[in-house]
Amino acid sequence: MSKQSQRVERDLTMSRGMVEAIAHEMRENDEVFYMGEDVADYGGIFDSTQGLLDEFGYDRIMDVPISETAYLGAAVGAAQEGMRPIAELMFVDFFGVAMDQIYNQMAKNTYMSGGNVSVPMVLTAAVGGTYNDAAQHSQTLYGTFAHVPGIKVVVPSTAYDAKGLMHNAIRDDDPVLYMFHKRLMGIGWMPAPDGPKTPVPEEDYTIPFGSADVKREGEDVTIVTLGLHVHRALEAAEQLADDGVDAEVVDLRSLVPLDTDTIVGSVEKTGRLVVVDEDYRSFGVTGEIVATVADESLAALDAVERVAVPDVPIPYARPLEQEVIPDVDDIAAAVERTQ
Amino acid sequence: MYADMVTARHYEERLQEEYLEGKQPAFDISAGPIPGELHLAAGHEASGAGVCQHLRDDDTVTAPHRPHHVAIAKGVDLKRMTAEIFGREIGLGKGKGGHMHLFDPEVKFACSGIIAEGCPPAAGAAMAAKKRNTDSVAVAFLGEGAIDQGAFLESLNLAAVHDLPVVFVIEDNDWAISMPKERVTDVQDGSQRAKGFDMPGVRVDSDDAVAVYEAAGEAIGRARDRNGPSVLELQVHRRMGHFMGDPETYRSDEDQDAAQARDSIERLAETLRGHGVDDATIDSLREAAHDRVEEAIEWAKEQPQPEPEAAHEDVWVNPPSGVTDTEPEYDLAGGDD
Repeated sequence: MSKQSQRVERDLTMSRGMVEAIAHEMRENDEVFYMGEDVADYGGIFDSTQGLLDEFGYDRIMDVPISETAYLGAAVGAAQEGMRPIAELMFVDFFGVAMDQIYNQMAKNTYMSGGNVSVPMVLTAAVGGTYNDAAQHSQTLYGTFAHVPGIKVVVPSTAYDAKGLMHNAIRDDDPVLYMFHKRLMGIGWMPAPDGPKTPVPEEDYTIPFGSADVKREGEDVTIVTLGLHVHRALEAAEQLADDGVDAEVVDLRSLVPLDTDTIVGSVEKTGRLVVVDEDYRSFGVTGEIVATVADESLAALDAVERVAVPDVPIPYARPLEQEVIPDVDDIAAAVERTQ
Repeated sequence: MYADMVTARHYEERLQEEYLEGKQPAFDISAGPIPGELHLAAGHEASGAGVCQHLRDDDTVTAPHRPHHVAIAKGVDLKRMTAEIFGREIGLGKGKGGHMHLFDPEVKFACSGIIAEGCPPAAGAAMAAKKRNTDSVAVAFLGEGAIDQGAFLESLNLAAVHDLPVVFVIEDNDWAISMPKERVTDVQDGSQRAKGFDMPGVRVDSDDAVAVYEAAGEAIGRARDRNGPSVLELQVHRRMGHFMGDPETYRSDEDQDAAQARDSIERLAETLRGHGVDDATIDSLREAAHDRVEEAIEWAKEQPQPEPEAAHEDVWVNPPSGVTDTEPEYDLAGGDD
């Protein structure tokens, strides 16, 4: 095997990037396995396990009963035995039926054992709206999971990031929540924007957690965001460029750990901060990022704007959902207000 | 009962047509007049009709994500339910809920998109009936894929311990999305779960609406007479995919054909003929049902969309604005500060 990286000539969808990392890790380590509902024959409702059954069989790509407390808790138990399970929560919205295993067991066992127990598992979950699936199937809940100590929280926005972050997630000795946005996966029945399909190297590589990615450089304003809204922010930045506003777009890629240096460095350069989030506004990502910058570098801040879902459940009807989920115009307008 | 069933079947067929509009040739879930997921219950009709025949407006029903046939049989306002599915302002939930989240308090109907999560609220409605000493009952519908979920098992235990007037109706259509029953549970029948909670568990193995009606009458009668909770399992079948757009590549042609062949509606029509009901009567019931469905769909489509600003309303009954101002129910003692 040549150490030299081949020049990449292929573009993958985000789901393919994610699945490629899982397949690689499963080949390398017999103790990696995947559990979830409809992950075997169906290949994951959002293509998260597409093609894996053929290679690895039902014993390692396991369909499980609709019993999230049992199988997410079982992942915790298997991880504590030293295996490296990946368990899928089909929609992040279903977290309630297994929240104790996630919030009180998976997240805290390492701490409560004084570091004597590790929980090397990955919890995958589909997040996000924009397709009229209403209040119980459209949330992102980034803030809910980043809030509790003990879970690393990862949110890819491109195929390249999805693969590198998944490699890192499976190899990490702590529990990692890997939140993939349905709209970015490249599913046939839910067209993705152009951005998430990117060149992806064939070989394995990791993207360290806590390394935000500047997806667009700019001088006038910093837009900090994640997931689907990276692409909406980039589109807004293109529009703003026509008006002579040069926006920098920072893709967090992970919430826990948070890359404070990149965020603060960017704001110190631009002086203006717009945080965009598809989660609820109050007590969430937007407030956390603003507070972090204020803590670290208050003098650098000339203007701050938050763009998030106003504190309402995600509504069903198209005009209502479009009203509450931030779009390109909402981001552009917020940037204009900072100028 | 027959009218409920043909209404439900035709309703689902029409919803399917409307749903697919704007989603051809490429299926985009967020396009067309009905966006989002749509779970149709074609093949489940005998369950909704046979059970709800015994229920009154003051009896509570909770349904899961496949709710239309139950809603129709329970007497939910068909026009406003249709308006909700089309996301209209006059819909049951003002366009905020959609097809999996239909609430009609007039006839005490609710449904939820989270598996088995209708069971605890049904137990709660039964608890209220018992505390108030009425003879209302509650019925929770769930799928066979939900019998492994904590909310169901915990509700069985609570209902048993407190002798609650509730019936848990398992609609067994053999499939939890792509997962066949035998892959996710080791019991032959979901109704066996009842034994562990010392309550009756009955299974109706056919698509015979009359048999469903009789078994449901017994279970609901037991609850109404304050003789405790029970489990009723009904073999139904899924004539379509889990949701519209589901390619069903995991399902054999034989299984699909068998589901199409077992038609509870045609079976009931045969039964009616056997009891001397003539074809003209059966045809007129079916035509009236079709007319009712067409009227509801046409009416719903003419209704206005909600104003975007309405998205911000209805989070609260008593909206907090800094200080929540509630009227004291009694005069406060003390000074005038």
